[in-house]
Amino acid sequence: MDAPANPVALRAEPVRDDALLRATRRRALLSRLLAHGALILGVLIVAFPIYMTLVGSTHDAGTIGRGDVPLVPGAHTVENYATAWNEGGGRSQTTPASTMLVNSLIMAVAIALGKIAISILSAYAVVFFSFPGRMLAFWAIFITLMLPVEVRIIPTFQVIVDLNLGNTWPGLVIPLIASATATLLFRQFFLTIPDEFVEAAKIDGAGPVRFLRDVVLPLSLTNIAALFVILFIYGWNQYLWPLLIINDRSMETIVVGLSKMIGRGDAQNEWNTIMATAVLALLPPVLVVALMQRWFVRGLTETEK
Amino acid sequence: MQRKVIFRGRILPIALLLPQLAITFVFFFWPAGRAIYQSLLREDAFGLSQEFVGLENFQDVLSDPNWVNAALNSVVFSGCVAGLALGIALFLAVQADKSLRGVTVYRSLLIWPYAVAPAVSAVLWLFLFQPQVGLIGRWLNAAGVAWDYRLNGTHAMILIVIAAAWKQVAYNFIFFLAGLQSIPASVLEAAAIDGARPARRFWSIIFPLLSPTTFFLLIVNLTYAFFETFGIIHALTSGGPGQATETLIYKVYVDGVQNLNLGLSSAQSVILMVLVIALTAFQFRAVEKKVHY
Amino acid sequence: MATLSLRDVKKSFNATQVLHGIDLEVNDGELVVIVGASGCGKSTLLRIVAGLETPTSGQVVINGRDVTGLEPADRDIAMVFQNYALYPHMTVFGNMAYGLKIRGMARDEIARRVQAAAEILGIGPLLDRKPKQLSGGQRQRVAMGRAIVREPALFLFDEPLSNLDAKLRVQMRAEIRRLQRRLGVTSLFVTHDQVEAMTLGDRLVVMNAGRPAQVAPPMEIFSRPADTYVAGFIGSPAMNFIPASLDQGNGSARLPDGTLIPFADGPRPGTAGTPITLGLRPEHLEPGDGPGSIPLAVELIEPLGSETVVHGRTPAGMAVTARLNGAFSGERLPVRIAPAHLHVFDADTGRRLDPA
Repeated sequence: MDAPANPVALRAEPVRDDALLRATRRRALLSRLLAHGALILGVLIVAFPIYMTLVGSTHDAGTIGRGDVPLVPGAHTVENYATAWNEGGGRSQTTPASTMLVNSLIMAVAIALGKIAISILSAYAVVFFSFPGRMLAFWAIFITLMLPVEVRIIPTFQVIVDLNLGNTWPGLVIPLIASATATLLFRQFFLTIPDEFVEAAKIDGAGPVRFLRDVVLPLSLTNIAALFVILFIYGWNQYLWPLLIINDRSMETIVVGLSKMIGRGDAQNEWNTIMATAVLALLPPVLVVALMQRWFVRGLTETEK
Repeated sequence: MQRKVIFRGRILPIALLLPQLAITFVFFFWPAGRAIYQSLLREDAFGLSQEFVGLENFQDVLSDPNWVNAALNSVVFSGCVAGLALGIALFLAVQADKSLRGVTVYRSLLIWPYAVAPAVSAVLWLFLFQPQVGLIGRWLNAAGVAWDYRLNGTHAMILIVIAAAWKQVAYNFIFFLAGLQSIPASVLEAAAIDGARPARRFWSIIFPLLSPTTFFLLIVNLTYAFFETFGIIHALTSGGPGQATETLIYKVYVDGVQNLNLGLSSAQSVILMVLVIALTAFQFRAVEKKVHY
Repeated sequence: MATLSLRDVKKSFNATQVLHGIDLEVNDGELVVIVGASGCGKSTLLRIVAGLETPTSGQVVINGRDVTGLEPADRDIAMVFQNYALYPHMTVFGNMAYGLKIRGMARDEIARRVQAAAEILGIGPLLDRKPKQLSGGQRQRVAMGRAIVREPALFLFDEPLSNLDAKLRVQMRAEIRRLQRRLGVTSLFVTHDQVEAMTLGDRLVVMNAGRPAQVAPPMEIFSRPADTYVAGFIGSPAMNFIPASLDQGNGSARLPDGTLIPFADGPRPGTAGTPITLGLRPEHLEPGDGPGSIPLAVELIEPLGSETVVHGRTPAGMAVTARLNGAFSGERLPVRIAPAHLHVFDADTGRRLDPA
């Protein structure tokens, strides 16, 4: 081994560039401060409208109408929520929030479960069988990906009128159930189920229906859960379709009902009740996301790929 | 694609497909066909008779200054919403991708506006920007800005852009963060060793590698701003003041539901369908091309 | 001209200490290999030198300049990663030119340097390709090229050969060695592969659980391992260890069955009866009967062509491996311990015991 060329130089005290070191530390600190600052600001912007809504739901209509909403909660929480829950608010609108919440819940759950059910069945048929017209059926479903309900809203509405389904639950739910995305997701997943499973099922004498129930459905449970979160939110947040289909006050959903309450957005509105209703309208889907965050993120990033 | 091992049978698979296909035909193809058919017809004022007018409805739509106005509004609105929501979300995602104390808390707190319905988001922002009641609305007026979204078209546009973008930031944030986390750490380390400082690393490495995600989100955001924001506009401005915030989808609603002009409304629907199909096809083609690995 | 010196470098991740004070001097133009089992802290050490991790305490000195706490950009180093870490959206040329562009080098100078490096590595025709269009070996060369064009003070290699197939690995190993000699760049090379370490390094650092067990040239590591860990880690098949004790006068070892084995190079320090561990490489067990020979009951024979590895057991039931020249068959193999090749270790500390 070579001896160090200059042992003295090696042992000499190393040069330290203090200015550079300080600049480096400053940059690292700044980067962290920037990140924290930006994220805190982001969280505040996200949270502020909700906070003010919460605050608004705790004051009386007069305080808000005068334009004196303070930044801290008031003392009218119970009565505001009680009014919203039992009577509803707004001068032209009196459906109680409790009724609208139940309606929204029925709609969201029916859409989510309906979409999942028909998507599993059709994906199962397309993946596990070979029959004439298989590809045609697949493409017929696939192409609907390109037609969001808003685009074909008027003719679809006419179809509902022709079928006499206006103001009915089936009329509200069924047109929103067909979903190419869910079908594609399940198809993708079914294609990854190993052939050995199918062979084993056949050797055990299990038919296609039994295989679906005993093997495919249990394997799909996490996918179903993830998809349910996404579809529940999708269903809960529907606006244009219920607005067109439902005239019956007793079937009003809370998202549509809330927007009807604000009318032209006048200062004389019963803002306290409106804000309480807004809190009730956003609480269920937000809770679903908060409680099922892991599934939600997974469901979202996987369905949209 | 097809599996190798399958079940036999013809009746069963068709029975399984039936619910999906039936709904698809009754609520997709029938209405779509009907829209195309109606777009070629014209009804008289009393709805008593129809006549075939060819492409006249399309000519009328495309030469209608109100429709052109709505198209321009749509472009401005969706451009602003997409730009704002993408820019803010990307910036926040880059910050949240750093290894920081409490970063998972930030992430959780940033994603939940996704769950808020567009129309509810509209109500939340209305409560802040209402000129007499809202905190920011009053503050703006006190500061000498004559803020009233009910009178000023620009103000109305700003308000619906904020309400629409606010909700979409959460969605974009989730995807940008996932995209950032899928960039191999060693590639960024290699860039650091090559001498690239963070800003340079972002523009020369991270941003190009994120471009498939960005492109996907751009299409999704445009589609969102075009169609799913109906609730925001309906709840906040009803297309007004004047027609300052009337977008294409809102105009379909106004002409079809309020003015009951089915021919014109159908022609507009058909134009929108073509637009969506073009966007989707564009996205599929670009996705095929843009994969780096 | 570049040297690297590490002074008492320590690193903890939360409560776990992964590096327990590393001191190392790397001389100008030297290639030092850090070798050890996975989890020994070798990669962490390399990343600390690169500036990708910050040491909990201690100093990193490159060329007499304290770079502890500086960013990688300010250290004048280049690194070859295990997965190559090429920029997937850039061409081969772009990958190699990136670091030079950042330094604001003139365009024709960049082109000249990239061309020269591509020539050396034989990747000239690939400059317009994207990384995904390259084979594993070609990517490896591009990663090397990216390091070379920078003409840095220090090369860092993080297991750069472990993603290649066996044949290519041997070829690239020789190539890296030639290149490093030719360019004369001081280098630090991390690997878990002892053959790679032995063939590449001017000196080896054998790491064990966050501590350097031995720092020495390869042949010294092989012939005078500092402790039982190094002795067992380097060499294949692994060294045989036999428990024994110091005999009267410390001039020989006494096996449990009473056999005496004299030390050829002189008595060891310590009192009689001190437990020791004898180490003997499989190739230093000579077949043959006679006094002091141990009869092995053969359990497994592995013919390797020019030589044969025999796994057997002593009458006391201890597993012993022998490597013999030529072929072998049979159920019994008497072997003699060649005292000249005997390694003696303290049974408690595992440290090597040299003649007093």
